[in-house]
This record gives sequence, C-alpha cells and structure tokens, in this order.
Amino acid sequence: MIHFENVGKRYASGREALSGVSFNLEKGDMAFITGPSGAGKSTLLKLIALIERPTRGTVLVDNQNTSRIPRRRIPYFRRRIGIIFQDHKLLADRSIFDNVALPLLISSLRHREVSRRVRAALDQVGLLEHEKFSPLSLSTGEQQRVGIARAIASRPALVIADEPTGNLDPDLSLEIMRLFERFNQVGVTLLIATHDIELIDKFNCRRLRLDQGRVVEMPKSNGL
Amino acid sequence: MSFIYRYLSLHYKNLVDALTRITEQPLGNLMTIVVIGIALALPAGLRVMVSNISTMSDSWDAAADFTIYLEMTVDETRANELARNIEQRTDVRRAILIDRAQALVEFQNYSGFGEALETLQVNPLPHALIISPTGGSTSDVSELAMALEGMEETALVQLDTAWVKRLRSILELALRVVDIVTVLLGFGVIIVIGNTIRLEINNRQDEIEVIKLVGGSNGYVRRPFLYSGFWYGFGGGIVAILTIWGVLGLVNSPARALAELYDSSYRLIGLNFMETLMLLGTGGLLGWAGAAIATARHLRDADPE
Repeated sequence: MIHFENVGKRYASGREALSGVSFNLEKGDMAFITGPSGAGKSTLLKLIALIERPTRGTVLVDNQNTSRIPRRRIPYFRRRIGIIFQDHKLLADRSIFDNVALPLLISSLRHREVSRRVRAALDQVGLLEHEKFSPLSLSTGEQQRVGIARAIASRPALVIADEPTGNLDPDLSLEIMRLFERFNQVGVTLLIATHDIELIDKFNCRRLRLDQGRVVEMPKSNGL
Repeated sequence: MSFIYRYLSLHYKNLVDALTRITEQPLGNLMTIVVIGIALALPAGLRVMVSNISTMSDSWDAAADFTIYLEMTVDETRANELARNIEQRTDVRRAILIDRAQALVEFQNYSGFGEALETLQVNPLPHALIISPTGGSTSDVSELAMALEGMEETALVQLDTAWVKRLRSILELALRVVDIVTVLLGFGVIIVIGNTIRLEINNRQDEIEVIKLVGGSNGYVRRPFLYSGFWYGFGGGIVAILTIWGVLGLVNSPARALAELYDSSYRLIGLNFMETLMLLGTGGLLGWAGAAIATARHLRDADPE
C-alpha cells in the first residue's frame, strides 16, 4: 500500500527531515511510526498525503508514484486517504455532522448517501447522539473521535494519523488505538505516528522507528 | 443527469451560503455594499443625466427659429405679403415680420450703438422675418431655410443652430468623460471587492486548510468566495439603482418647473428595464471578477511546494 524507496526531504530552511527512508507497508497492515519529536514522523506522513513532496527518492501509494501526480490532481488523490491530525482540525462554526460530512460533500456524494455515511462513521466512534452539537461542546477525546469519524467517513483504504493521542490521557489513548485496531480488522491499512512507546507496546503491530532521518524496523511487541 | 443535478445544487448551495454569510454581519458588509453602490451610481447617474440633456436638445434643435433679412428694396407691404405667404407653408408654424422702423428702435435701445445710429440720415436696417418651423428633424429645417434663401427678396438667412451643434459636441465630450469615469470606477469596484474577499480569505484560513486537507479542489475552495463577490457587486447594483431613482425623485419637480418655463412638457427619463438589468449584471460581474483575482492570488499561497 505504501512504499518508500530511499526518500529524502530537505526543507527550504535547510533542515534535513528525512534522509534515505525505505520501507514497505502491505495492504491491510497496521503500523506505528515512532521516534522522538522532530525525528521526521510528521514529514513522512505529509509525503504520503502530498502535503509535502520529497526532495529525492520515490513514494508509492497504492502502487501510484506520487511524484507523477500533478498539483491539480492532488485533491482527488487525497480523497482516497483518511487523514487524522493531532489537533483534529475541526471547524468550530459547523456542527459535528457537518464536519464529518465535509469530505463527502467535497466528493459530491448524494445527500442521502452523505447522511447515511456520516451516521455510520459517528456510530463507529460512539458519537451518533452528538451530531447536532458544535465540536467545542465536546471533550478533547471526543473531538479527536469526530476527527477520526471524518477520516473514515469516505471509507478510505488507507488511514494515516499524526500523533492522534498526543493530547489525550492514557485511558482515552488506548480507546482511540482500539478503535484503529477495529478499522484494521475490517481491512483498512493504517499508519500511525506516535511517540507513546508504552501505548503501542500493548499492540501486536509493526513498529518503524525513525532515527536521524532513517527508518529502523523494531521487533513486534506481543501485545498485552 | 443526477451528476448535473448535484453540480447545480452545489452551486445553488454556495450561492445561498454566501448570501447568508454576508447577512450574518449586516453592518460591516452593508457599508461595503454602499461604497460599491455609490461607485456604480456615479457613472450610471452621469449617463442618465447626459442622455436626458441630449434627448432634450434633440427637440430644441428641430424647433430652432431663424431669421430672414430681406433686401433693402423690399417695402413693408411686400414684406407683410411675404410673411403671410411663408406662413402658408406646412413646414412653417409662424412667420413674424419685424419691420425696419421697429428694428431700429430695438437696436437703438439694446445694442448700445444708440447715439451712433442717431447720426445716420437713413435707417440702415432691412425688414426681417422671424420664422418658426413646425419642427421635425434638423434636415427639414435646413431644407426650409434653403428654400427661403432662394427667394429673390431674401438678402440673408441666419440659421442659428450653431449653439445646438456646440452643445452636441459638449455632450459628446461629456459622454467620453463618463466612459472614462465608468472604467476607472469599475476598477475601483473590483479593487474594493477584491480587498473584501482577501480579508474574508484571511478570516477563513483554517477552513480553507481543512477543506484542502480532506481533498477539496481549488475550485471547491474558490467557489464560495466567488459567490460572495457576486453578491457584493449585485448588492452594490441595487444600491446604485435606488440612489439614481432617489436623486431623480429629488430633481424631478425643479426640472419640471424649468421645463415649463421653456414651454416644454419634458419629463426626466430614468433607467429603463434593460439599463436596470445591465447595472445589476455589471455589478455582479465586477464582484465576481474582483473575487476571482483575490482568490487566484491568495489561494495559491496555501498550496504545497
């Protein structure tokens, strides 16, 4: 699903975020990217979503070479990926329903289909009864779940998450990760960046450790 | 079919959303719209004014009186006869004889040459006829003048339409100036709306970012702003129309009084249906253009690379 080959990213400021990253993530896998902050976890995810472009190397997403995707096609490419952010990036002036519906409306789905999928996504994250509320009325953990519902509402085959539990306490974090695990069980490929080693020790998943701009494959934990 | 329907309904939603957003901050946005309205009302109002004056001058021109000076040899009886004959013509409404004695008195009184004239032994002035044509077009009047010039008793025909021609040129010049003002203020409207949309883009940077991250195309991001621009311009058009009608309402009764002094039943002409539509359309189009410029410049900044 995701294939990095000798990928490097140097920012205009001169900072080298990634240098020679190679790894492969199979369809249906769930993997964590770990590493200290500043190790390039966010950059790696940004390259997948084409928020940034690599300065060298090849990034394949779903067998598509992302360097061949012209700028105007990027929106259509992104619609096939669910993206979850640490600060969840919800729009405060819209209801929870409208936030989750946004990617579906952008893909110009039928109204009936939009409602159906939004409700299904909110149901999966356990927030169905809150659909008319503003995101501001929710707790941080609940807001993150709305962000997750938005990412999965369009039923993408690939979901990437950048520090999705960064602002959450351990219980809520575990809850979110269990949610991801459930998506993975129905076939969604997930790549999750986190610095929370203790948390991912509880899961039997691949772990890629980013260190000094390179990826090191870590042994799988047995889970608890 | 359903795709077209969804596409149109998306546009309709954008149109309504943009209007709703403008009405959410009525005061600030109303000021913007009034500024645009005044900028549109000025050239449109000037155009209305010029077209009123030129319509009025059309009727003056055809009704211009002119004077025939007869030969010195023509006596008063003959002159009277001529006046009556000329008055028989269908293209002449009235022919008045100014006999030379009367003319001399008037000339002495009004010209300031009174004393000089008294030293003359004989009256140097001929009999004259003042001809009022029935009206019609300018060419009818010149034809009439030409015909009367051909009479053997005629010494000189003085057709005083030069001032009408001058007025015509002044109006022509005024129209040109109005054209320039129109273009300049059109740019002004584009800039005002472009700037308003730029501020709106800044205020909604978060929303734009999120829309782009979840796969919104530039077109999707741009469209609400284009519709906002359209509404600002359209609203400005409405303000301009109301302004013009308001001003005409204020000016109407003094203008009528003035027209009556000239024995004219002239009524001021406002905007007709097509002109009203054009003003609204121009406003909307300028708004759209201003928004298009603003979004093209500022949305590109939000792109990766």
